[in-house]
Amino acid sequence: MNYSATLLASLLLAGSLPALAEDLEHGENLYTIYCTQCHGVTGNGDGVNVPAMSVQPRNHRDQGEMSARTDAELFKAVKEGGKSINKSVLMPPWSGNLSDDDIHALVRYMRHLCCESGG
Amino acid sequence: MRLKLLAGLLLTGGLLQPSPGALADTGQWLQSECGSCHALEKPDYPALGHVERVTRKGPPLHFAGNKFQAGWLESWLQDPVRIRPAGVFPPGAVVPSDEGDVIDPATLEEHPALDAKQAKRAADYLMVLRPHDELIAATIYEPGSIARRMGELNFTKFNGCDACHSDGPGYGGLSGPELYTAWQRLQPGFIASFIADPAAWDPHTLMPKAGLNDSAVGRLANYLKLIGEEAP
Repeated sequence: MNYSATLLASLLLAGSLPALAEDLEHGENLYTIYCTQCHGVTGNGDGVNVPAMSVQPRNHRDQGEMSARTDAELFKAVKEGGKSINKSVLMPPWSGNLSDDDIHALVRYMRHLCCESGG
Repeated sequence: MRLKLLAGLLLTGGLLQPSPGALADTGQWLQSECGSCHALEKPDYPALGHVERVTRKGPPLHFAGNKFQAGWLESWLQDPVRIRPAGVFPPGAVVPSDEGDVIDPATLEEHPALDAKQAKRAADYLMVLRPHDELIAATIYEPGSIARRMGELNFTKFNGCDACHSDGPGYGGLSGPELYTAWQRLQPGFIASFIADPAAWDPHTLMPKAGLNDSAVGRLANYLKLIGEEAP
């Protein structure tokens, strides 16, 4: 790699990493507030409401299950609810509570849970 | 003649509300006693962000007069019983276990009980707080009846309310307030309006907006009426 390319990569990283970390933290906060009741405080799908639910919430730590969904599908499921992707009505639409930016941050955090957190 | 006019106004309810001075005194008293847990004025939600929901210790009361049944409120303040099985912020009351997440009872705080005079004073003040009359006025809901089976289906299979709420002791989810006494606690117009657009009342509510039409909202409200009228 030549010097210019290295410098450019460094600058990009320096500028984008704090923003990514902030986005991840925002996603984690939103996940705690809005998702853990069903998806569990660790994201494993074992939330406090589960005994009353006819369909098991998705385990967001399951890399195999999560890899089968694109970011666009996750975004749609959160924004428009489970029915929008032919899944359970128990997953409600959150578009009345969360902005698109909020939902993108949630998707980012779900990807972290499944595939980057080592869990 | 003036006396008759005054008596007439009193009888029609025109002057039955506390005087402005008494209200201000009660407002200061409630702020000091309740303000650390309950919002008595609308918080600046956009400035606070969603994290406000994490730090919230009690439900906001700045629209209490649009929300509660006055008699129930006065009575409950004297003998408070838990409405939210997992508290006001469920993630803060839940811990993982081998059987899945469970509520840690040690995290749940009891609401203090007021004596009869304090409860009346507090309820009278809270019922004057009506910043959302326009939401109630815009709500199309006339309480009616619904067959139990149809009500149950709407509450469970069609809308999934039972994931978070119970419609009877021991039935349904734990993160939301129990709803088998909702009809006793809440004004019908509030129930319908809140189901239709919860964030219009509380931008940081954990209740999603399901996108239901007036008829679907009415069926759910009528089911709460059915089970609420049977609840002890």
